[in-house]
Amino acid sequence: MKFAILVFPGSNCDHDCYHVVKHLMGQDAEYVWHKSTSLEGFDCVILPGGFSYGDYLRTGSIARFSPVMAEVERFAGKGGLVLGICNGFQILCEAGILPGVLMRNEGLKFICKGVTVRVENNGTPFTSSYSAGRVLSMPIAHADGNYFADDDTLKALEDNGQIVFRYSTPDGRITPGANPNGSLGNIAGIVNRRGNVLGMMPHPERACEEELGGTDGRGIFESLIKALGR
Amino acid sequence: MEITEEIVGEHGLTKDEYARIIECLGREPNIVELGIFSVMWSEHCSYKSSRRHLKKFPTSAPHVLQGPGENAGIVDIGDGLAVAFKMESHNHPSFIEPYQGAATGVGGILRDIFTMGARPVASLNSLRFGSPENPRTRYLLEGVVEGIADYGNCIGVPTVGGEVYFHECYDGNCLVNAMTVGIVKRGRIFRGSASGAGNPVIYVGARTGRDGIHGATMASDVFGEGGEERRPTVQVGDPFTEKLLLEACLEVFRTDYVVGIQDMGAAGLTSSSVEMASRAGTGIEIDCALVPRREEGMTPYELMLSESQERMLLVVRRGCEDAVMEIFRKWDLEACVIGRVTDTGRLRVMDGTAVAADIPIAALTDEAPQYERPSKRPGWQDEVTRLEIGSVSVPDDLNGVLLRLLSSLNLCDRGWIYTQYDHMVRTDTVVPPGSDSAVIRIKGTTKALAMTVDCNSRYCFLDPFTGGAIAVAEAARNVTVSGARPLALTDCLNFGNPERPEVMWQFENSILGMREACLKLAIPVVSGNVSFYNETSGNAVYPTPTVGMVGLLDDIEKRTTQWFKDEGDLIALLGATLEEIGGSEYLKVVHSLDRGLPPRIDLDTEKKVQHACRDAIAGGIIKSAHDVSEGGLAVALAEACLSPSTPVGATVELQGGDIREDALLFGESQSRIIISLEEKDLERMKGIAAANGAPFTVIGRVGGGSLRIKGLIDLKVKELHEARSGVIEDFVK
Repeated sequence: MKFAILVFPGSNCDHDCYHVVKHLMGQDAEYVWHKSTSLEGFDCVILPGGFSYGDYLRTGSIARFSPVMAEVERFAGKGGLVLGICNGFQILCEAGILPGVLMRNEGLKFICKGVTVRVENNGTPFTSSYSAGRVLSMPIAHADGNYFADDDTLKALEDNGQIVFRYSTPDGRITPGANPNGSLGNIAGIVNRRGNVLGMMPHPERACEEELGGTDGRGIFESLIKALGR
Repeated sequence: MEITEEIVGEHGLTKDEYARIIECLGREPNIVELGIFSVMWSEHCSYKSSRRHLKKFPTSAPHVLQGPGENAGIVDIGDGLAVAFKMESHNHPSFIEPYQGAATGVGGILRDIFTMGARPVASLNSLRFGSPENPRTRYLLEGVVEGIADYGNCIGVPTVGGEVYFHECYDGNCLVNAMTVGIVKRGRIFRGSASGAGNPVIYVGARTGRDGIHGATMASDVFGEGGEERRPTVQVGDPFTEKLLLEACLEVFRTDYVVGIQDMGAAGLTSSSVEMASRAGTGIEIDCALVPRREEGMTPYELMLSESQERMLLVVRRGCEDAVMEIFRKWDLEACVIGRVTDTGRLRVMDGTAVAADIPIAALTDEAPQYERPSKRPGWQDEVTRLEIGSVSVPDDLNGVLLRLLSSLNLCDRGWIYTQYDHMVRTDTVVPPGSDSAVIRIKGTTKALAMTVDCNSRYCFLDPFTGGAIAVAEAARNVTVSGARPLALTDCLNFGNPERPEVMWQFENSILGMREACLKLAIPVVSGNVSFYNETSGNAVYPTPTVGMVGLLDDIEKRTTQWFKDEGDLIALLGATLEEIGGSEYLKVVHSLDRGLPPRIDLDTEKKVQHACRDAIAGGIIKSAHDVSEGGLAVALAEACLSPSTPVGATVELQGGDIREDALLFGESQSRIIISLEEKDLERMKGIAAANGAPFTVIGRVGGGSLRIKGLIDLKVKELHEARSGVIEDFVK
């Protein structure tokens, strides 16, 4: 089972994702430079966090034009599993592979802290290791995580069970106080219609070791490995 | 252009210095040469007032691989690895333009680290702002924090620790000191050396613009009225380009093409080329016409003095230039050959075929002026240290005092700041900001690094020698309580105008105090920076010799935090409490007094206390350890109760003898550490304390929902938490 970890200029969670996949999960992993035009031989593609192209324009808006993104689209179109974390989520939205946009946080500041999110759908290849409704502790670290979509899109997301994580209180209530960035409906992560592309703002790769304060993020990678092993 | 007296003055050079330039050259300089001399002889680059004092620091030890004089200091940590670190000031630009000033301060220190071949793994900062009442303070705080955050977050190096203080002495000059720590393979250290005549000189990174010209000269002068108008001398940061530069350089370092490398920091192309040639004892020739630029019409003067950010200068082996440039091009970076190393011992700047400047390297470096500035104990020193303790009344409501201290800007929770910093990226932060030291693990080993920055400038103002010694001792204590052994320190010495004898006296004595502590605690100084002229309209900042320290934990499992862990654990104090309230935060906050003698420090006791603490942590006995500093025992106990995950109360009884109640609770006696341990380990702990000769007293027990200090304090943990929370948030609102 082989994971591609994309490296855009300005990616900075690429090493962290590699560490989890390779050293903690014991899977094969390889960095793929954004100018690459082939994802041949990979079973899963991860778009890591960071500041691609400095995010000087709009987050992810330049990275979506990187040569590898056409391949990502093809890969996802064939049902390949794609995980976008933080900046990766932003790039997937900009590329139109996931619906909606990520706007500047409501408080206008970068926020780095632990949050809790509730698993809304454990029927995806990314969340099957979790029980439905389970509350996970994971850090966020972003300035632009305020998810927005128009009414129709939001309704479709709800109807199709595409909302995978929502920011919640530690006991699993979805409240305005639990929402760190102003996201519509406390949305923290969504999948595409087909369910093979996940974008999420929290960083599961930062929550895979007790040493770092928790292991709730492991389930994402375990679920992926389970899905790929089928 | 004719060099007039006025032009010389504008370049910050004295008449004598100008005469010396003529002597060095054997002729009048042209304007390019004058500019080059002015930046190389500026205080910022030449250390002309400080060098003879800096020599007093102990700088060597068996584990020191690189001491002062390079881009960063490096110490061996075993396993074939070494740690590179340095701290640097960006005070003047940050006061003028806080966001860019602070951002480029971070950028500069990051480059200093990766220039040595190290991958930056963590950053810290030490910030000082004026009084909360000053309307500019809020603006500076917000701008500086955002500048640091945006730069560090973008480049993906976690900002894991720091300190911030507010005091009216910083009203006219804020301090922004940035520190970065990197890890490098022992055998893959790179240095800023231009050796090998004929080797090509490569320029890489951002194009050169007209920003930051004379930044080094600006940082070598006091502000008058309207200092904020110097905005054009502040550089503009581009963390994205720096990220590319970082990754590209680390890729180039994996080859064997590089001879030497240095970042273009203060005084840009001039200082990088001159310093590299100086270290190698060679010469260097640069053709300005080849330097990539942002706009047409830039003169050699501007190109040589620009402080545009995110630029590096490399010397590579002859014939390898194309291979090196190919790697930079992969990262979409501009790179080109702009000159070569010579054996002439001279800096020759060409502008196409014309010679724009021709100066002996030695004249710019070793032979730069050195001053023995006069020093004099200030006339007001006796007055400020006088404190009639009898005239200070002991407050009736000690609970109220504790809450007031916890909710003061200098002691409150710093979450508003560090949640803006990505302190977790790279997934190595095993002790995040909030405890005495941050701890960063080293993947692939069992080791971790503890790091901290520290200085109490009020102590330094009241008694520079003691204040300097305490800065070192307290930084070491912060590292020690996390379970680590201090390895070495870097410093940022922030002072006023060195041409004033009183400032020089503060400088001299702070250094002597630091030296004393370094020698006693066996901690070498491996890098550092001096920032003079932090002074506006004759008002200097308090002497602020900030210490950045890195310690090594051999076994990451032994790391310790400041927070009480479990109900029923014993609480004990290593060290002794004396009746000392001079120079305390309590005196300032409650009695509006900024005076008295600061707490004494007995470095022998300090050493014993720290050794006992480290031995007990290594022995697996200690469950929490917290340095007692500003706010004294009461504040330290409150902080120990306020674990971010599991807050818990404590019941304590203090045996103060005849010490005044306020001194007992809030006095800042040095060399004290609050620890907690299981009762079953008490005898072992006593044995360790006795073996080290460290004073040791059991003072209470962890548990309950309140902090109770018998007969003095009784407050719910929730009240303590609320007092400390939201203070900065409210201030910036």
